[in-house]
Amino acid sequence: MNKTINQKAWFFVLPVIALVAFNAIIPLMTVVNYSVQETFGDNTFFWAGVIWFEDILHSERFHDSLMRQLTFTFTILLIEIPLGVIIALAMPRKGFWVPVCLILMSLPLLIPWNVVGAMWNIFALPDIGMLGRMINSLGIDYNFTRQIGDAWFTLILMDVWHWTSLVVLLAYAGLVSIPDAYYQAAKIDGAGSWAIFRFIQLPKMKRVLTIAVLLRFMDSFNIYTEPFVLTGGGPGNSTTLLSIDLVKIALGQFDLGPAAAMSLIYFLVILLLSWVFYTLMMRDEEQ
Amino acid sequence: MAKITLQDLRHSYTDKPTADDDWALKQLDVEWKDGGAYALLGPSGCGKTTLLNIISGLLTPSHGKVLFGEDDVTHLPPDQRHIAQVFQFPVIYDTMTVYDNLAFPLRNRGVDESRVKQRVTEIAEMTELTPMLNRRASGLTADGKQKISLGRGLVREDVNVIMFDEPLTVIDPHLKSQLRSKLKELHQRVNTTMIYVTHDQTEALTFADQVVVMNFGQVVQIGTPEDLFERPQHTFVGNFIGSPGMNILPCDVDGQNVVVGGVKVEVANKGFVKGDTRKQEIGLRPEFIHFGDQGIPVSVERVSDAGRFKIVETRFQNHTIKLLIDDGENVPADNAHLTFTEDRTYVYGDGWLMEGGQAS
Amino acid sequence: MKRSSWLIPTIYILFLLLPIYWLVSMSFKSTNEILGSFTLWPQDFTLANYEKIFTDPTWYMGYVNSLIYVSINTVLSVAVALPAAYAFSRYRFMGDKHLFFWLLTNRMAPAAVFALPFFQLYSAVGLFDTHLAVALAHTLFNVPLAVWILEGFMSGVPKQLDETAYVDGYSFPRFFVRIFLPTIAAGIGVACFFCFMFSWVELLLGKTLTAVAAKPIAATMTRTASSSGYELGLLAAAGSLTIIPGAFVIYFVRNYIARGFALGRV
Repeated sequence: MNKTINQKAWFFVLPVIALVAFNAIIPLMTVVNYSVQETFGDNTFFWAGVIWFEDILHSERFHDSLMRQLTFTFTILLIEIPLGVIIALAMPRKGFWVPVCLILMSLPLLIPWNVVGAMWNIFALPDIGMLGRMINSLGIDYNFTRQIGDAWFTLILMDVWHWTSLVVLLAYAGLVSIPDAYYQAAKIDGAGSWAIFRFIQLPKMKRVLTIAVLLRFMDSFNIYTEPFVLTGGGPGNSTTLLSIDLVKIALGQFDLGPAAAMSLIYFLVILLLSWVFYTLMMRDEEQ
Repeated sequence: MAKITLQDLRHSYTDKPTADDDWALKQLDVEWKDGGAYALLGPSGCGKTTLLNIISGLLTPSHGKVLFGEDDVTHLPPDQRHIAQVFQFPVIYDTMTVYDNLAFPLRNRGVDESRVKQRVTEIAEMTELTPMLNRRASGLTADGKQKISLGRGLVREDVNVIMFDEPLTVIDPHLKSQLRSKLKELHQRVNTTMIYVTHDQTEALTFADQVVVMNFGQVVQIGTPEDLFERPQHTFVGNFIGSPGMNILPCDVDGQNVVVGGVKVEVANKGFVKGDTRKQEIGLRPEFIHFGDQGIPVSVERVSDAGRFKIVETRFQNHTIKLLIDDGENVPADNAHLTFTEDRTYVYGDGWLMEGGQAS
Repeated sequence: MKRSSWLIPTIYILFLLLPIYWLVSMSFKSTNEILGSFTLWPQDFTLANYEKIFTDPTWYMGYVNSLIYVSINTVLSVAVALPAAYAFSRYRFMGDKHLFFWLLTNRMAPAAVFALPFFQLYSAVGLFDTHLAVALAHTLFNVPLAVWILEGFMSGVPKQLDETAYVDGYSFPRFFVRIFLPTIAAGIGVACFFCFMFSWVELLLGKTLTAVAAKPIAATMTRTASSSGYELGLLAAAGSLTIIPGAFVIYFVRNYIARGFALGRV
């Protein structure tokens, strides 16, 4: 669509800017302020320069939680995106079952995050939970509160349960927008189902899948409540993701300076990775 | 390549059709000769696209058979019928180059790469796509994309028929005629049967050797453009083709004589009118009406100039009759009479031309 | 493949429903049954857990609080997003692209980063422990999302609509309210749905910004869980009840879900 140039349009966006600025800029300035100061807990602050940043960047604890975070994010992306696409492909395109599927699949998205965590906690408990019982009855020694591998398995299963539907719904939206003529043409051209997927469905889903990858990437990097309620970051620190670690430092130990510095680094990492993803995926489209 | 025969074809989109309106196609027996250029013409919703999809195999008819040559293909899927189709909106594979698009149908059928190259080069030359072969197909204009769709049909050597479903809908007006003559030229070159679906009479009449006019789910007339113009089989054809369309007036038959509003009129098919009890009308093409000294008395209502000729709207009792006269000719001021060219004036019963075959 | 393809969504939906079933079935069990034995469905069916929630104000007020701030947030977010989305979809202006990206970056901001500064900010302006505080805080990620969704829907409306209305003598506000808003009603519905959803499921900020008066149900649950030991049945009942508003809202937008999730941009 051709847009007209109109500087007065700024007035339309002023309310949004005011609201978001109040919420984003003031707190962000507070964070920046803390990140360069030192306090002894008596409300007096000293200029500390970049020592917190240096500390954080060199701390093994931060490296570990960042690694855990990246492992978590890439694992769930690798599972949820293909799985979501497969499910969307297998879904009916019209008829009575479409709204039924959509409503049932959306359910996990609308459950408060701590309830998701609590639900999975009691679902997976090895002694009284359904999942725990089932796995143990197969002869596998499963206990997510004690064994690191089991904790990760449960954490990832929970995230797949919670968020795959978002990918399904996005991919599905992309699929139903493909006109019938494309499928008919492909049939006439003798294309098999793989060729149809590769040359028609995948290209048409690209846009929505970009949104899906970006949303899942950002949200999985921000994830806090669900893993906190499920495992509390344990056993040990084995499932302590970035957010959990940050809250531990900021609210648990009240180390404002390091927490603020870590917040900024954390935020920058997300921005940077999102930007890289975004440009990589859009570059293809613009060619 | 073979002729295509549709035998006793009927189709309904409902499971158990009862009412007459449940049938999208009522009753069809059509034969398409090998190498012909056909147009399928009719208003929106007349069953054109349904018929097209039945021929291409995207739909299986509720009743009847589709024969390619002597083979019954009624239940074969599209890819085994050796047909090609160009859709209303250009269908191209966005991520591929123009070359890969053209090669796609061949590669899917396992044709070896050197042959693919040869065919694609040949077809690209024909469709004027050669300079763009290495560009992304998504970057082309609408007419370029339609050429790719067409090219994907032409590239295969075993194609029985190429079908076009209103292919010029999204093309800029000034490119339409250009693409249309290109199509005509390609048809003469490759000699494949082509069926061109449209609701635009100009497109149909300029493209086709034979025009199939459809309405209400059935074929109303099959004929050359001249047939449709000079001898419409149904008042619908008379009205739909031609601009302005045929004048239709109610008439009475008194023995062998046809009488319109008290005035006797000579008609071409008067041998068949006797004993026909259907609702009778007379059909007069504006091109075959002239002013004269005697005939039907009319008053001139309006004259509009259409360039090389004039359209005159006259009134006879409570009927309007339009006629065309040359630009230089004068319109009589009063006491005007109309005469009709006898061998282009027909009597219709319930809409159908009265003649031996149809009168039953 | 085509014939058996219904199997995949069916298995997936069963997988989705299993934990929910477990939660709901547990909510009808007594604590003894939960801890004492493993049963697939309630042997000793009880409504005691629900009774407790509906009679104890610390419990049911949690729902009321949540619904209040979620509603305020939804109305506020969509109301400010509408003119902004209109500007982005219709006009070019200085810095429009950067502004749009900046808004989206707020959608990326981790709530954990903002928890502490928010606590200080809202305490400083005297809004701590009010519904408005949570509603305002949630606009941080809901306003950008609402702008994004609405812009997508508005771009789908041809500009001729605006021009025709002006030619017919409509003033801008009258055109916007009488003609434009009804045209994008589906988009507004979807935007409301998303705002509701993300505000309803968020806990960290909701918990940080409230103490007693505006405490959300989610926070009530975590605090009760830790203070009164492990009352799993009660927790399960409270959790089951949190699913209902979401299911209710989904039902209303079911026909727009597919398009809405693609943000109107397919």
